[in-house]
Amino acid sequence: MTARRRPALVRSHVITGGRAAPVLGTLDHVTLVTVGTEQNQHSHSPEQRALMRLCAGGWLSIAEIAAHLALPSSVVKVLVADLVVSGHLLTGPERPPDRGVNVDLLRQVLEGLNALV
Amino acid sequence: MRSSEPRYLSGGVHPVKILVTGPFAVGKTTLVGTVSEIPPLRTEEVMTQRGELVDDLVGMRGKSTTTVAIDFGRRTLPGGALALYLFGMAGQERFVPLWHDFAHGALGALVLADPRRVQDSFTAMTRLEEMGLRYAVAVNQFDDAPHHPDHEYRQAFDLDPTTPLVRCDARDHGSVLRALIALVEYLLVARQEAS
Repeated sequence: MTARRRPALVRSHVITGGRAAPVLGTLDHVTLVTVGTEQNQHSHSPEQRALMRLCAGGWLSIAEIAAHLALPSSVVKVLVADLVVSGHLLTGPERPPDRGVNVDLLRQVLEGLNALV
Repeated sequence: MRSSEPRYLSGGVHPVKILVTGPFAVGKTTLVGTVSEIPPLRTEEVMTQRGELVDDLVGMRGKSTTTVAIDFGRRTLPGGALALYLFGMAGQERFVPLWHDFAHGALGALVLADPRRVQDSFTAMTRLEEMGLRYAVAVNQFDDAPHHPDHEYRQAFDLDPTTPLVRCDARDHGSVLRALIALVEYLLVARQEAS
C-alpha cells in the first residue's frame, strides 16, 4: 500500500461517517457480508474495491475479510459500514445483543458439536 | 496465514463465536486449527497504548500503537445452519481491552491452561469474570506435563464448583470437541437457570 492511497480512504470515512455510524454499531467480527445490488465502483478507494472483489464469491465474516485483506477488523468494519449504506454490500443476521445468547441457540450449537464427535 | 483462498459460506448461515484464551504458547492456535474447516486465519488488530482500537489507516502510522495478532478458525456445524467461529485471544493483561470488542455477543470462552504454569491463566480467568463471560477451563495435556487429579486443579485455579474443568489435547479433534461440548453444556444449564 502506498502513502498516496491513505488520504482517500480516510476522506471516505469523514464523508460517510455520519450516515454509516448506525450501521457500524451493528457490525461484529462474525457478521457475514456479501456484495449487494449496487455495482457502480466509480468513486471507491482501492481498499473498498478489494473488499467488494473479495465478497463477490459469497458470504464471509468481517474477521475473514480482515485476514484476507491484511487490515485490522476495526478498519474493515468502517469500510463495510460505508458500503452497506451505499448498497454495495449486504450483511447477514444482526449482531446478537450482548449477553443475549438464548437457550435455543445454545441447544443448536450443542447438537451440532455432538454430531461432529 | 493470509495466503489461503477465501472459503465462502452460503446465505442464511448464522454465525456464533467462542473465545479461546490462555497464556502465551499454551496451544490456542493449535486448538483453533484442530477443529477449523478453513486453514486458521490471522487478523492484526491495532491498539493505541491506551488500549483503544485504531479504525483508520492514518492512526496506524502513529508510533504509539501496538499490534495484536488474533488467530481464528471456522467450523460449520452439521445441518449447515450455524457457523462456529473460534478466536484465539492472547491472555496477557495488555491485550484485555481488545477482548471487550471480541467478547460482545460471544457464547462463552474456553480458557486453555498449561499444567506447568497454572498461575499464568489467572489473568484470563479474572478478566472474563469481570466481563461476565462464562468459561470452562481446559488443561492442555502436554506430553511432559504433570498429571494432577481434578480436585487439585480446581483448588489451584480457585474454580467455582459449577465451572467445567476438562483435560484437553489441543491437537486432537475429539478432545477439543469434548472441551467445547463441556463449555456449551455449562452455558446452556446456566442460561436455563437464569430464565
